[in-house]
Amino acid sequence: MAFGPFLLLALMEGLVTAAVLALAASGLSLVFGVMRVVNVAHGAFYMLGAVLAWVVAAHVPGHAALAFMAALIVAPLVVGALAAATDGLILKRLNYDPEATIVATIGLLYMIEQATLSLYGPNANPVQAPFEWRIQLPWFGYSGYKLFVVFAACVVLLALWAFITRTKAGLIMRATQVDRTTASAFGINVDRVYMGTFALGAGLAALAGVLIVPIQQAHYLMGGDTLLLSFIVVIIGGLGSLRGTLIAALVIGLSDGVISMFFAPTLAKILATLLVAMVLVFRPQGLFGAKA
Amino acid sequence: MKVWALHLVLIAVLFAAQFLLSPYHTTNLARIMVLAVFAMGYNLAFGYTGLLSLGHALLLGAGMYAAGLSAQLWGFSAGPALIVGTVAGGVMAAAVGLLALRTAGVSFMIVTLMFAQAGYLTILYFAPTTGGDEGFTLAAASRTFAGFDLSTDTPRFFAALALFALGLLVSLALVRSPFGRTMVAMRENEERSRMLGYNPFAVKLAALTISGLYAGAAGAAYALLFGYVGASFTTIQYSILPMLYVLLGGAGTTIGPLLGAALMFALIEAASGLTTAYLFLVGLALVVLVLFAPKGILGTIRERWLKWLP
Repeated sequence: MAFGPFLLLALMEGLVTAAVLALAASGLSLVFGVMRVVNVAHGAFYMLGAVLAWVVAAHVPGHAALAFMAALIVAPLVVGALAAATDGLILKRLNYDPEATIVATIGLLYMIEQATLSLYGPNANPVQAPFEWRIQLPWFGYSGYKLFVVFAACVVLLALWAFITRTKAGLIMRATQVDRTTASAFGINVDRVYMGTFALGAGLAALAGVLIVPIQQAHYLMGGDTLLLSFIVVIIGGLGSLRGTLIAALVIGLSDGVISMFFAPTLAKILATLLVAMVLVFRPQGLFGAKA
Repeated sequence: MKVWALHLVLIAVLFAAQFLLSPYHTTNLARIMVLAVFAMGYNLAFGYTGLLSLGHALLLGAGMYAAGLSAQLWGFSAGPALIVGTVAGGVMAAAVGLLALRTAGVSFMIVTLMFAQAGYLTILYFAPTTGGDEGFTLAAASRTFAGFDLSTDTPRFFAALALFALGLLVSLALVRSPFGRTMVAMRENEERSRMLGYNPFAVKLAALTISGLYAGAAGAAYALLFGYVGASFTTIQYSILPMLYVLLGGAGTTIGPLLGAALMFALIEAASGLTTAYLFLVGLALVVLVLFAPKGILGTIRERWLKWLP
């Protein structure tokens, strides 16, 4: 294959990574923006989405598309409910203290991963894609499902944007983000907003997990890389800024696709993690972020 | 006086323990003491100075690989290798601190986490030298100290005990010194101590560097006493563990790290017979501690009963 098509393939792979990453990272960013909570268990929610997709696929008979549709609905709801319970039982009692919540979500991460290991096992399991067709380009064939993932992520992110900027619930959420005390003085139930935000963030991660699982198998440790990449995206995009997060997801996803196609992936990761550390040290508001 | 007596009694009890315990448990106790040195270092940064780092695995790894590689490549014996490892931990901590201490709170946690992750990946990247995921075992020749073979039970136990005792007494002297008070002042109210004329950055950098010396010594000792160096010791899990030990035993108490390490070790030992998912306990312990006992065991005891506990 010549260089041009090869680069095209790398960019397309990068676009899929970027789409999934944008979903997962927007959840993380939303939770940090509104609640000032760094959710280390975010990767675990993503993994749970993927594992639940496998569970649903095993129990829903008939065509693969049917099971996949069911998973798209069930997994985010279940994970969202789990997150809401976590918020009520743990985070709220810690008064959303930033450092204590990080320690608690680290604990949660271990508990979810190990519980999954016990119940689901150490194996990686595939889930069948809802449809199988290939787009034949002049140089190579490409999976239609991967393009569907990009499309689906765009639809969800547009819906998320509309929800935040165009609905009353979104307005309440933004009001809480700007000033928790004033919001509560205006009769907003801050506890409920927080619970809803945490559930929404976890649901987005689970949705990303369901979308990725036909491409990448479900495994109990799959959340680690996504968590790290989401951190990178959220920090480079500016903590809590959703627009910055999306731009950063695109940049990181595409460059990940290109770099890991042409260079050693480990080296790319080393550079990315160091870059993030430097951004936090020297430009805490992020590279693209409007000041929070 | 009472305080020093308590610590000397603790060391004496540990000394006596090896005559009472089976060889298997003696080895475990040696391991616990080395991990406790690591946790004591973490405690100086987190418990006393208030620096919640998520990257101490990098400092442990710096000590471990500096000692292991200098023994492997240049044939250092245990004594020099331990010194090299200790210094490496301190230098690494100072380097990380120079950058990371420009941030605070959540940013500090994430920056240290990212540095540690970069360190772990670097070790994987240089797999031909470091052995990558598999690591390497140390040759018997480099595991001798003043004629004693550190791979046998008794010398190993004494070496671990000596290091632990030194670490414990130094940390006790440190936290009771004027500098120790300044460290606590940074934890309690950084702005007020700045107003009083202290330089918070310098104090925190010094505390982190001392913490790194402890972590480096622990890493080097682990490599030399147990003969294995591997990338798994630089994963995030080894950043979480000292935090867990310190939270369990009591942050800001001198004996807390040992207590936490011993209890957690026993708990995991008991659980690993029942299930492979013993890390579940680590997670559960973190959540329970942060919810119900944020001061840990000795912290609670100090608050309720023994006000003089250091």
